[in-house]
Amino acid sequence: MPVINVDDLTDLDKAKMEVTQLKTEVKLERAKVSKCCEEVMEYIQSLVEEDTLVKGIAEDKNPFKDLKGGCVIS
Amino acid sequence: MGEMEQLRKEAESLKDQITAARKAVADATLPDTVSSTAVVGRVQLKTRKTLRGHLAKIYAMHWATDAKLCVSASQDGKLIVWDTLTTNKVNAIPLKSSWVMTCAYAPSGNMVACGGLDNMCSIYNLKGKDGNVKVMRELAAHTGYLSCCRFLSDSEIITSSGDCTCLLWDIETGTQKTTFAGHLGDCMSLAVPGDFKTFVSGACDFTAKLWDIRDSNCTHTFSGHESDVNAIAFFPNGNAVITGSDDATCKLFDLRSDQELITYQDSSIMCGVTSIAPSLSGRLILAGYDDFNVNIWDSLKAERVGVLAGHDNRVSCIGVSTDGMACCTGSWDSFLPSFSFKGQDNVMRLCKQNKQQYL
Repeated sequence: MPVINVDDLTDLDKAKMEVTQLKTEVKLERAKVSKCCEEVMEYIQSLVEEDTLVKGIAEDKNPFKDLKGGCVIS
Repeated sequence: MGEMEQLRKEAESLKDQITAARKAVADATLPDTVSSTAVVGRVQLKTRKTLRGHLAKIYAMHWATDAKLCVSASQDGKLIVWDTLTTNKVNAIPLKSSWVMTCAYAPSGNMVACGGLDNMCSIYNLKGKDGNVKVMRELAAHTGYLSCCRFLSDSEIITSSGDCTCLLWDIETGTQKTTFAGHLGDCMSLAVPGDFKTFVSGACDFTAKLWDIRDSNCTHTFSGHESDVNAIAFFPNGNAVITGSDDATCKLFDLRSDQELITYQDSSIMCGVTSIAPSLSGRLILAGYDDFNVNIWDSLKAERVGVLAGHDNRVSCIGVSTDGMACCTGSWDSFLPSFSFKGQDNVMRLCKQNKQQYL
């Protein structure tokens, strides 16, 4: 499949592309924003308890904690 | 009426119809929906590890799916694969071209990829028989710089380019399968959701686009940013997209209602966003900025709930590990001053080393 070189497109080509694209997008079925917001909230709520960056983690469960013990050989 | 004028009028009319259709479903706003939700408590992340080893600006990093390894790319001409738990370098891969702008880890862990001003995407096999990491493929067809790449599998990768297009490649044959054209400005970044059926791209035409991988069509175009969209990521549920722009804001766009739900901005923030990543649940959005900081946003309340300061130069990349346990930031800075945060969680920093390189 040929690579489309945007630099080679004339303004007319670009205008035609834009109209074709808009004709596709105008047909989209759009869900109600209220429903979408609820879904975002529900999704967050379902996972937030496991979200370490929000809830934190006990030091002994933290895989990134400083490795203690042992000795440094220099 | 000339053809150009006709097309212009047709475009305007279609845009008006789309605006009206979006308005028709806008029966609520996110701020209203979450009005009774409390803001997340102040987030203070603690730097746990510093990954030192690069000798020049770090441009990109990407976590492996095992949430332990990650790959970083620097204009010192190296890709480094890190074990973030030990800070050991698992691989240090010398690149033919040092002008690298992006890197990616394959979901399988078998390969990494990178590219930049060489206009190519180079694929490296990490699991070669003799243990040496070699270039497996050089994917060349873009006529502009490679800004981002993401594997769909060991056999397919998507690239975005300064030539305004994105390409889907067959890695085995080294050829491009599909061209995604439509952006009118450099494509700056891309993101792939969990189901690998679509991807989103952000570009210098100020828009973000959602593409169907199989039929190559752009299904959604999101406008609203007033400058280049530099960074893009999927919201973890796959139904929304977060973007970061040179206009100093981040936005949350919902795919199903085809519109912006909220903007993350503050009058005190006047510099561009370079990188963006959601936390595991999506409640936090971490965004890297040109002013050397990472701002942490409460995604629902659109309030800043934390800052990661401590880099000495632009934060170029950010990534949250797949299990959500850690966030890694990469920067153009030369060294990391010692500092401490009180607190909970995990931040790793990739920074340039100003001392002797050791591998």
